[in-house]
Amino acid sequence: MITIIDYGMGNLGSVQNMLKRIDAPCQITSEPELILKAEKLLLPGVGAFDAAIRRIDELGLRDVIVKKATYDKIPVLGICLGMQLLTRESEEGHLKGLGLVPAITKKFESAPGLKIPHMGWNYVKRNMPSKLSENFTDDFRFYFVHSYRVICDKNENSILKTNYGGEFDSGIQNENVYGTQFHPEKSHRFGMQLLSNFSKL
Amino acid sequence: MLLKRFIPCLLLKENGLVKTVNFKNPQYVGDPINTVRIFNEKEVDELVFLDIEATPKNREPNYKLLSEIANECFMPLAYGGGIRTFDQAKRIFEIGIEKVIINSALYKNPKLITQIAQIYGAQAIIASIDVKKSLFGKLNCVSNGGRVKENVQILDWVKNLESLGAGEILITSIDREGTWEGMEYELIRSTVQSTTLPVIANGGAGCVEDLRKAVYDCNASAVAMGSMVVYQKKGFGVLINFPERGKLLL
Repeated sequence: MITIIDYGMGNLGSVQNMLKRIDAPCQITSEPELILKAEKLLLPGVGAFDAAIRRIDELGLRDVIVKKATYDKIPVLGICLGMQLLTRESEEGHLKGLGLVPAITKKFESAPGLKIPHMGWNYVKRNMPSKLSENFTDDFRFYFVHSYRVICDKNENSILKTNYGGEFDSGIQNENVYGTQFHPEKSHRFGMQLLSNFSKL
Repeated sequence: MLLKRFIPCLLLKENGLVKTVNFKNPQYVGDPINTVRIFNEKEVDELVFLDIEATPKNREPNYKLLSEIANECFMPLAYGGGIRTFDQAKRIFEIGIEKVIINSALYKNPKLITQIAQIYGAQAIIASIDVKKSLFGKLNCVSNGGRVKENVQILDWVKNLESLGAGEILITSIDREGTWEGMEYELIRSTVQSTTLPVIANGGAGCVEDLRKAVYDCNASAVAMGSMVVYQKKGFGVLINFPERGKLLL
């Protein structure tokens, strides 16, 4: 069972639908007690970094998520803003991130001809082997919408790379904690493959 | 490398899908939910739904239908039609649609974009411009489904929408829409050159070459397809279809 954390940022219907499509049982909750019992956590999110962290703190979820990730070591997947929340900090805000992956979040540097946000379909390249990206082939493409990007301290935590005015970390992993910058729930069978990999961890 | 997007643009009237020619004479082409399922199978990049009656009839978006559509979509989704207020946009986002498309309301209340962008981000707003040729051959901005002429220059309006906080520009040629006769390429080119925002070109695409011209020659970020994806070919019956992916890549 995958527990989707609802902290009031963004709609969860599409991720729930895709999990249903691949026969992966899931529940949506913002209750700390339910999250404490979770087998797998999915942290979605769209919007601003500080707004999300504030909601997580208000709901009393920070310690719960950190405990599940670092002591119980259950699989955790952050999507889009959810991935950025796993880092220590973001240039977008002042509040502390969850710090579950040694990385930071920074704004894309603007360059001529490079439109920000990075929005649309782009390819991913496997940088480090990971169970999350098993069965990926070269034609795998995903839907991205973001103005900030994650930079891992160490190459070993970067499992997927994407090229947009240079390579950036589009998939990350620190042991049992995973993140994707793109939206698997909006990425057809490519996203289904990824979520199916996650559900089998 | 960010890929160009090829986007079926589907028109809603009541609970059905229709297709128009020059924004007129809507013909029923099918059920929206079935159509979404077919486009899931075809792995299309994104879907745009436009309710062609909401603004002229001054009614709310059809939230119930939109929510059913959103639940079926395994791709990004944009909706336009009848959005005049922040609260309406908020409801659209809450349904799980990631982008709102706003057109007519902006001529009276351009700040609406700024209001929405401050909360949901620029990427969530597509500012849409309908363009129609006058008797003297000059292209003008029009609103309310082509019924009202607006007194702004097209490229000035594009720049204005960008500075207000729009995240994308959808530009539609009413004269080309539904004709299969090719797009308004000069308009697409000049629009792309006047803004740093991604531009979605719409109206008139009748074959793969038209689509390629819009994105690869005129440098639009995306191109919308209407007749091409709902009819077998010009003058033929309904067939929900999508070009082979290989033909669309650079």
